[in-house]
Amino acid sequence: MQKIKDYFQSLLLWELLKGLRLTGRYLFKRKITVQYPEEKTPQSYRFRGLHALRRYPNGEERCIACKLCEAVCPAVAITIESEERDDGTRRTTRYDIDLTKCIFCGFCEESCPVDSIVETRIYEYHGEKRGDLLMTKQKLLEVGDMAEDQIAEDRAREAMYR
Amino acid sequence: MTDNHFTIEIDGKEVRAEPGQMLIEVTDETGHYVPRFCYHHKLTVAANCRMCLVEVEKAAKPLPACATPVMNGMKVHTRSQLALEAQKSVMEFLLINHPLDCPICDQGGECELQDLAMGYGRDVSRYQEKKRVVNDKNIGPLVRTDMTRCIHCTRCVRFGEEIAGLRELGATGRGEFMEIGTYIEKSMTSELSGNVIDLCPVGALTSKPFRYSARTWEMTQRGGIAAHDAVGSNIHFHVKGDRVKRVVPAENEAINEIWLSDRDRFSYEGLYSDARLTTPMLKDNGSWREVDWETAFDFVKDKLGAIIAGRGADKIGALVSPSATSEELYLAQKFMRGLGSNNIDHRLRQTDFSDQDVAPAYPGLGLSIPEIEQLNSALIVGGFPRKDQPIINHRLRKAVLAGAGVMVVNPIDFDFNYDLTHKCIASSAKLGNELAAILKVAAGRTGKDAGSRQLRARVRPGKRHKDIADALIRADRSAVFIGSLAASHPQLSLLRYLSGTLAEYTDSSFGYSGDGANSAGAWLVGAVPHRMPGAGNIRAGGLNVDDMLRNRMAGYLLLNAEPEFDFFDGKLARDAISAADCVVSITGYRTKAAEDYADVLLPMALYAENEGSYLNIEGRQQSFTAVVSPLGEARPAWKILRVLANKFELPGFNHAEIGDIQKELPDAVEDNQSGNMGAWQAPEAIETGDDALYRIGYIPMNSVDAMVRHAPALQQTVDVADGAAHINSAMATRLGVAGQESIEVAGQDAGVKLPLNIDDSVADDCVLIHGAHINTGKLGPLIGVVSITRA
Repeated sequence: MQKIKDYFQSLLLWELLKGLRLTGRYLFKRKITVQYPEEKTPQSYRFRGLHALRRYPNGEERCIACKLCEAVCPAVAITIESEERDDGTRRTTRYDIDLTKCIFCGFCEESCPVDSIVETRIYEYHGEKRGDLLMTKQKLLEVGDMAEDQIAEDRAREAMYR
Repeated sequence: MTDNHFTIEIDGKEVRAEPGQMLIEVTDETGHYVPRFCYHHKLTVAANCRMCLVEVEKAAKPLPACATPVMNGMKVHTRSQLALEAQKSVMEFLLINHPLDCPICDQGGECELQDLAMGYGRDVSRYQEKKRVVNDKNIGPLVRTDMTRCIHCTRCVRFGEEIAGLRELGATGRGEFMEIGTYIEKSMTSELSGNVIDLCPVGALTSKPFRYSARTWEMTQRGGIAAHDAVGSNIHFHVKGDRVKRVVPAENEAINEIWLSDRDRFSYEGLYSDARLTTPMLKDNGSWREVDWETAFDFVKDKLGAIIAGRGADKIGALVSPSATSEELYLAQKFMRGLGSNNIDHRLRQTDFSDQDVAPAYPGLGLSIPEIEQLNSALIVGGFPRKDQPIINHRLRKAVLAGAGVMVVNPIDFDFNYDLTHKCIASSAKLGNELAAILKVAAGRTGKDAGSRQLRARVRPGKRHKDIADALIRADRSAVFIGSLAASHPQLSLLRYLSGTLAEYTDSSFGYSGDGANSAGAWLVGAVPHRMPGAGNIRAGGLNVDDMLRNRMAGYLLLNAEPEFDFFDGKLARDAISAADCVVSITGYRTKAAEDYADVLLPMALYAENEGSYLNIEGRQQSFTAVVSPLGEARPAWKILRVLANKFELPGFNHAEIGDIQKELPDAVEDNQSGNMGAWQAPEAIETGDDALYRIGYIPMNSVDAMVRHAPALQQTVDVADGAAHINSAMATRLGVAGQESIEVAGQDAGVKLPLNIDDSVADDCVLIHGAHINTGKLGPLIGVVSITRA
């Protein structure tokens, strides 16, 4: 009995029709293709993109060179050197993130006691030379200055879960 | 109780305990960890942090383990619910006022509070009120304070009272208002002050030079040997990225216990001084240029070769630092003797060499460092161990606390950190008379009289001489030490003979406190003109340092020695070396003076960059390896000397590694006890000290060698050469300079204007003018006649 059933199903291309039904359904569905870069997908406020160093509203850099991010980084992508600044505070003299090493896990942000190092929603960047992807303190602060509004908004939304 | 032991039960396990032990000592031995902050095994019990509360059966409340003596049959629970609750509550109290600024705290990662908060702290603080804030105190260039972090364990206070012997830190106020600090705003002056950094369980006291420069987990710890006194304290270098970030003591009960002097702790800064020499340099028609090693070696070969060919090898002299390693010193003497010259000497600050032929194989302490603690009586001749060898002084202090008496014969009434039972403070010229007087009493009391009668004939002993002699005779274990001032004394052989004989009569041990890190090793490996390695005398020995300078060599080889600072007579050294045809300086630093006198500067690896071994003053051989690579083109001095010898095609210089040299070094151990005693010649007669005004060129601890002189933090301490003339008030009046700002001091052939400092600790007929200072170099000998006039 089963043999007869299989025989007719293959003769009538039943399997093929079954597959084509799915194709047909998608043919008439609303399209989800995004025409990047004209169009972009929506982003989570937890998106982990390019790093930034933040400042306090008075312009003072947040980072206190505690080096927890450096210690926690699983890819050993962060290099920090610190000193006592003239006003007696602990500051970095060097804060490098090697984006070619970084795996964007977000541990640095999680470990930061002063919310200084953050991962922004920025993902559109590139480097033409190897050194371009080595983010120095200066570059990171610039990213922070540029994206501060978005960063602050995202942290505010996240606050209740932390 | 069986045979004087108690049996107690800790967490259900039966253990033996000695009566009188505190509970925490027993739990530490058995490995039951009890958390603690104020308890420290080298300090007395304070029991004020309450962190070590444990449950003891039949006791109404939890008891502090550090202050509870064991009792037979005691049943202790260290981790019962009651104990843990008590400990957690104490932790909550301690954290109430703690700022929790771990991210910026240098102690973060090695903090006892942080560690214990992991186990005993709550996740969330219940304390909502305002936290206490305490102003930071400035207590000097070495230790940084962040007093808000203090948890009042009082370890630093107890350290000051019990170990450093100076009550510098104390607690003022009570309860909420209790603060730790110096009573009046001032710097800590203890030579061991850096140890409070290690003792502080939190980040209230941290290292100032190290501040914020690295985190503990980034550094690797590597062993080493301290290189600034003859004790050879064991240390750990903390290294990050091929740079020494800090130095901490390594525990060695036989040498430095767990302590370290400030000089050894902070001298690493000298490695990274701007003045470090990093490439070979040579002088071309008066101007300096950087060259590669090959060119530098060829230059040396040409210059020295020409001197040897033209005027003979004995016109070359090697002046080597007593802080160089045994391997460097061995190669240096082998090189010189290979060239055909015995002119090599490390005794740069010595001037009396008359008894060198009968010297023992090497100057030793006469006993082991821990044995100092057992002494009942000790006499120090011309020295200030508190600053010169802080670790030896610490042992002496322990002996004093146990009831021993320490006595001195000194030209300056130095400020010891314990009470001296007797002291003879006399002019430098009269130290011999004082010693002879003591010896006369000792000879009379003991009936021993071995050929020193003529020496003692003229002296008339006073009460203090009798007291000192009696104390030495009465003591079961006594010792006589020759200090650094006596070692520079123009009558060293006399002082040595008198002290040695005194030690013999009174059945005391006799020893030296040593000069540099390796003076013992230098003697043993033959870095003296009259001895081969292993201490065999040479019939026609070379010139000692004094003769080398007076006879004006044509060429000098300097190994880590700075003529203007490191010699007995800075002026003579500077003049002689400047006048030479060729001066090869293997050095760590490029200084103005060196540019003036040297022809070639060869950069050597210093301290942490170097490898080798030191023979400390008790005869203990300690070797160490390099923990960082040498700065720039600098190389270990043994490699420099080896290649130099290869250039001259001398045989026997094919050492590929440091071990190859070590195989050739004479064995130190067998000669260890080779009597310091009685080996010294009796001088013909004792010259009665004159009443001339003598300069005492004491060298403060933080000016002794090139590396500490280039360590910025140490140079800000009080223990550096100050370039002033110190005289007592009576002398000032007699010389008519009382009330003057500055005075004119004239040495043998040069005068200099120096600020005047009235200091009543200086003996009559003496003026204390520190050596190793840029302004006092012109005065010549460290100990010699000077005259003072109004400026």
